[in-house]
Amino acid sequence: MDSAKTAALRGIIAKARRYDMFVSALGLLFLSFGIFVLAALFIDMAITGFGRINADFFTNFPSRRPAEAGILSSWVGSLLVMFVTASVAVPLGIAGAIYLEEYARKNTFTAIIEINITNLAGVPSIIYGLLALGLFVYTFKLGQSILTAGLTLGLLILPIVITATREALRAIPQHIREAAYACGASQWQVVSDHLLKYSTPGILTGVIIGMSRAIGETAPIITIGALTFIAFLPPAPGQLNIETGQPAGLFDWLFSPFTVMPIQIFNWTSRPDPRFHENAAAASFVLVFMTLSMNALAIWLRYRLRKNIKW
Amino acid sequence: MAVATTDALASNANAKLAEFAANKKARQRREKAIEAVLFLAASVSVLTTLGIVYILVRESITFFANVPLSDFLFDDQWTPLFDDAHYGIMVLLSGTITSSFVALCIAIPMGTVIAIYLSEFAGHKTRETLKPMLELLSGVPTIIYGFFALLVVTPLLQKVIPGLPGFNILSAGIVMGIMIIPYVASLSEDAMRAVPMSLREGSYAMGGTRFQTAKNVVFPAAFSGIASAYILGISRAVGETMILAVAAGMQPTLSFNPMEPAATITSFIVQVAMGDLPHGSIGYQTIFAAGAALMLLTLVFNMLGFYLRKKYREAY
Repeated sequence: MDSAKTAALRGIIAKARRYDMFVSALGLLFLSFGIFVLAALFIDMAITGFGRINADFFTNFPSRRPAEAGILSSWVGSLLVMFVTASVAVPLGIAGAIYLEEYARKNTFTAIIEINITNLAGVPSIIYGLLALGLFVYTFKLGQSILTAGLTLGLLILPIVITATREALRAIPQHIREAAYACGASQWQVVSDHLLKYSTPGILTGVIIGMSRAIGETAPIITIGALTFIAFLPPAPGQLNIETGQPAGLFDWLFSPFTVMPIQIFNWTSRPDPRFHENAAAASFVLVFMTLSMNALAIWLRYRLRKNIKW
Repeated sequence: MAVATTDALASNANAKLAEFAANKKARQRREKAIEAVLFLAASVSVLTTLGIVYILVRESITFFANVPLSDFLFDDQWTPLFDDAHYGIMVLLSGTITSSFVALCIAIPMGTVIAIYLSEFAGHKTRETLKPMLELLSGVPTIIYGFFALLVVTPLLQKVIPGLPGFNILSAGIVMGIMIIPYVASLSEDAMRAVPMSLREGSYAMGGTRFQTAKNVVFPAAFSGIASAYILGISRAVGETMILAVAAGMQPTLSFNPMEPAATITSFIVQVAMGDLPHGSIGYQTIFAAGAALMLLTLVFNMLGFYLRKKYREAY
């Protein structure tokens, strides 16, 4: 072959190889940039907020004095709201997914539900806040309460739970169902005794991801008008009311005003005094730590799931 | 004796059969009831959508009874809470468009390159470790990104760009872009990995390098999935609230300059909701009108995504 041609060809190959190297390096660079930002965020919160993280921080109410302010009312609020959210989203999500995957016939209404769930997953969270404000707060008169917040976040994460459950059910091979039917099981017996048991890890992954999303949601909770300064806890069942002397009912806490962690962080961030920013950093550290561990748990579950199941 | 036993057996069998029949009836009834309950649970999602549309339309109708639609669309001021009230949605829209543009300038190129790297260049082990780590980025609550943008990114940017105000679209947009990278990267990568190996092998056999294969074969083949990843990124950017509410200031000005503070549709809703607006006042209704505009915007993008998926879908 002509040596000039060979050299030209070699040049072209070398150039293409350089492109390969370049894109590969760029991809790795961008990827590390993303992970670097995550680390920077976490470390920045830890350094700025470290001085504030102690036992008092978790047992103090918010205060005008930054050094005495704590997150007691907000973490209790977050916990209670999450409890309501889970009680709404988990049963509804799993039941809805079972219907769509195991029972639904192929008709227009099923198609509408499916398109609808895809669309709902793309609706901005603040719209759910407007829904809650117009419907739960002013039409159903539930007030700016823990119940309203829990219902709102429950609806918000419903598509996540439904999608995860459907995927988990779809992954179960058909012969498992057929074996159970052959033994005379009814459809519900197949679902409850077999399908639900095998799909538990997958469903759990979806629930954890959904809950970690809900615990960090701020916009819808602000929209329903949750207060930012709460220096009391919702009444525990049986707790005596100081003004009336009456013990609180079993469900009175559901209708109590409340605040949650992200709102407390927002409140502290928007103050000009930098000492409040330390509090915000400390609370953020606690919140990020919680959401990241929930996410890590979900990823680990998914990994284990993939490894262990051999049909 | 023998006859009696047979009779007893027969009547016993008949009783058993009747019992079975009754059990079967009860079981069928129970199955029907369970199916009905499951159906109701699945319908909740449809009810949610109906609820959203109902609330937004109901409040917007009262709003537009007071404010003419032409003012809403063409006025160049947004001052709904002042005595001299103006309701020009363009002002809020300009903030939303500018911030989304900044975010997408970060998220789409970086997300695409990361997706190409993960799907075409990285080994199995690298991908399985790095992808979950990147996905953690989307697990961080947005309020914390807002805090990060205001107190870390803005001071950094002020060193590079002197005179940058403490609240600005640029910093919020950049952080928002970083938040959106995992959505774009993860979905694009899924789409590229779904392209059958035989297509790549064809390209390699012709002497294509990895990058040439990625650019000329895999990317076009996966375009419908990649387009919907982009659309999802755009919807995220348009609907993002807390980063902008914290770091972008809340001044409604009609401007496309990212160096300035601005209000977006979402941050305006937050601003109003934090105050004490009486239920039924015109200020209270503005947030529903703004919400309806936002909902329309995301709906348009959703439909565009649906159309792109359909048009560029390649079946193998």
